[in-house]
Amino acid sequence: MVKVYVPIDSTALSLGAERTAKKMMQEAQARGVDVTLIRNGSRGLFWLEPLVEVETAQGRIAFGPVQPKDVAGLFDAIFTDALSDTAKAHPLYLGLTDELAWLKQQQRLTFARVGIIDPISLEDYLAHDGYKGLNNALGLSGADIVKAVTDSGLRGRGGAAFPTGIKWNTVLNAPSEQKYVVCNADEGDSGTYSDRMVMEDDPFMLIEGMTIAGIAVGASQGYIYLRSEYPHALKTLNEAIRKANVAGYLGDDILGSGHTFHLEVRRAAGAYVCGEETSLLESLEGKRGLVRFKPPLPAIEGLFGKPTIVNNVISLATIPIILDKGAQYYADYGMGRSRGTLPIQLAGNLKQTGLVELAFGATLRELLYDYGGGSASGRPIRAVQVGGPLGAYLPESQFDTPLDYEEFTKIWAVLGHGGIVAFDDNVDMAKMARYAFEFCAVESCGKCTPCRIGSTRGVEVMDKIVLGKNHPNNVQLLRDLSDTMLNGSLCALGGMTPYPVLSALNHFPEDFGLSNKEAAA
Amino acid sequence: MDNTLSHEQHAQIQAHIQAHQHVPGGLMPLLHAIQDDIGYVPEAVYPEIAKALALSVAEVHGVVSFYHHFRTHPIGKHVLQVCRAESCQAMGSEKLEAALKATLGVDYHQTTTDGNVTLLPVYCLGNCGCSPAVMLDDEVYGRMSAEKVTDLIAEVCHG
Ligand SMILES: Cc1cc2nc3c(=O)[nH]c(=O)nc-3n(C[C@H](O)[C@H](O)[C@H](O)COP(=O)(O)O)c2cc1C
Ligand code: SF4
Ligand code: FES
Repeated sequence: MVKVYVPIDSTALSLGAERTAKKMMQEAQARGVDVTLIRNGSRGLFWLEPLVEVETAQGRIAFGPVQPKDVAGLFDAIFTDALSDTAKAHPLYLGLTDELAWLKQQQRLTFARVGIIDPISLEDYLAHDGYKGLNNALGLSGADIVKAVTDSGLRGRGGAAFPTGIKWNTVLNAPSEQKYVVCNADEGDSGTYSDRMVMEDDPFMLIEGMTIAGIAVGASQGYIYLRSEYPHALKTLNEAIRKANVAGYLGDDILGSGHTFHLEVRRAAGAYVCGEETSLLESLEGKRGLVRFKPPLPAIEGLFGKPTIVNNVISLATIPIILDKGAQYYADYGMGRSRGTLPIQLAGNLKQTGLVELAFGATLRELLYDYGGGSASGRPIRAVQVGGPLGAYLPESQFDTPLDYEEFTKIWAVLGHGGIVAFDDNVDMAKMARYAFEFCAVESCGKCTPCRIGSTRGVEVMDKIVLGKNHPNNVQLLRDLSDTMLNGSLCALGGMTPYPVLSALNHFPEDFGLSNKEAAA
Repeated sequence: MDNTLSHEQHAQIQAHIQAHQHVPGGLMPLLHAIQDDIGYVPEAVYPEIAKALALSVAEVHGVVSFYHHFRTHPIGKHVLQVCRAESCQAMGSEKLEAALKATLGVDYHQTTTDGNVTLLPVYCLGNCGCSPAVMLDDEVYGRMSAEKVTDLIAEVCHG
């Protein structure tokens, strides 16, 4: 019997993994060889997907990208011996998966199991350190769990980088019969997919993290608010939740501990602003996703008016390892006040895109060139947007900035959810600035004027600038408008749209038809 | 109720309303359930939804219209969503959009004359590692070109 792995992650599927998997089974049957096919998650090396792995005595051997037409040849090479010279001579042979430089140099804590296990096998999860964090948490008081999270230095990975422990502590100390844990799985930022990968490729980790959160603060009900664009994640999560319930990891009296935690997935409906936490809560209550005024904080008055933890998928998925290996273990990674690791997502015009988890402190240049391999087009990388559609555009002169929340603040940029989108020198930055306003106009919840009206006016001003109409005045108008949105918006959608706009203008004035001097004026 | 709905559809909607009547925040899952079955949320059923969930018809209307995902009219047999967000732009999605509109002979939010495909814009499918990306019904496809999408439509819609 030979064990073979073909990923079931959506990105692998988007490149034909399903057909490759089918062909593998047909070929096995035709040849009468005994093959066990395991559908794992993705290792995150997207340029090699569909990445097929074969188990050997020395570890898993990788081949990729494997299209259906390659399957017959692959069988010739690996059966009977994936370690043979014939196998090594195969054009798609990549060697031992664990020895691939891309993976070997990473520091995978949250993504330790992703791509390795069968996502919906609870046995597999348990065999790879799963539920060790929960087991430890069950022996602790709520306050001690919260203390461990605080000591780990974990800051919210959804964008705002707020210390997770402080948020939990507020909920812990808010007196209420009913509390909630809400997972923000709306992941609407361009260039981000790490939340999706966690949910599709290691869903029990998120379930475990949310269960620990519930036990810590005394919340008996959790919701995962999942974007409607992720149908595969929905299926995987629901199956994993079902299994966790059956095995007693969810429900009443978890593992005989007396703790109760129920979990349900709720589908979003394609509104970007519903990623904002208060808008998300409105949506979960069955309303329009209008942003709420703060205070009160959701930690005090959240879902249905009750104290609520709202955390990003990665924040919650990081909890199990903190409770398993200890706060200090996690805090030992990172730099400054940015502790632990960040799952970085490489996207856009890069040769090698995919998931890279590293301790804070790596530079953009390392990511773009060492991991990304430079642009896909072979042309120079001209601009990089970090942190989604509300993130600043960075020019080459800033590529040495280390990934660290404070270092990014210093250059008027944000890390956001760790998505990095690269553009080559064909990009028109004035067009990207216009798009930022357009996106804001499409997605604005409409509650406050600077965002609702400002975004539409912004599109108009950009159109005039592109046409060269009354240039100096319109650039001044663009700055004034951005200033109003920055300072007058109720939430970061309107409040941060000026980041992509002004960074494009300041770093790439020539695309706005300006000389550097005019732009600075 | 809307007489463009079949008996079976009426019954499906009724069942969903009953199932979600007492679910906290049940309106969103209810709308999803209806659209999953019928393909859209018929305006004719707003009054019944409103009554069952103790809302006003205006509130139901307000929620349906707020979210990009919900539709109030029937659509094509298949839905093609094209990603317009930054990563896909960096890999030429603008050209892809233009080519698809020309091939299908429709603009966004329109359905081809044979009723097969409705074209929709979308802002990120979480497949940015393989831009440009599209979604046809419930499946995502990466590294797309106009030819590849056209083949795909032929395969899924006719094959
Ligand atoms: C317009 C807007 C969209 C957002 N989208 C998301 C999102 O998709 N996922 C997410 O986790 N946080 C998102 N956030 C941040 C959330 O408001 C909130 O800070 C986060 O869910 C808190 O979780 P964390 O502390 O674990 O990061 C968004 C914020 C804004 C203003
Ligand atoms: S900034 Fe925009 S999205 Fe945020 S509250 Fe104001 S109108 Fe709504
Ligand atoms: S930007 Fe197109 S899939 Fe994310």
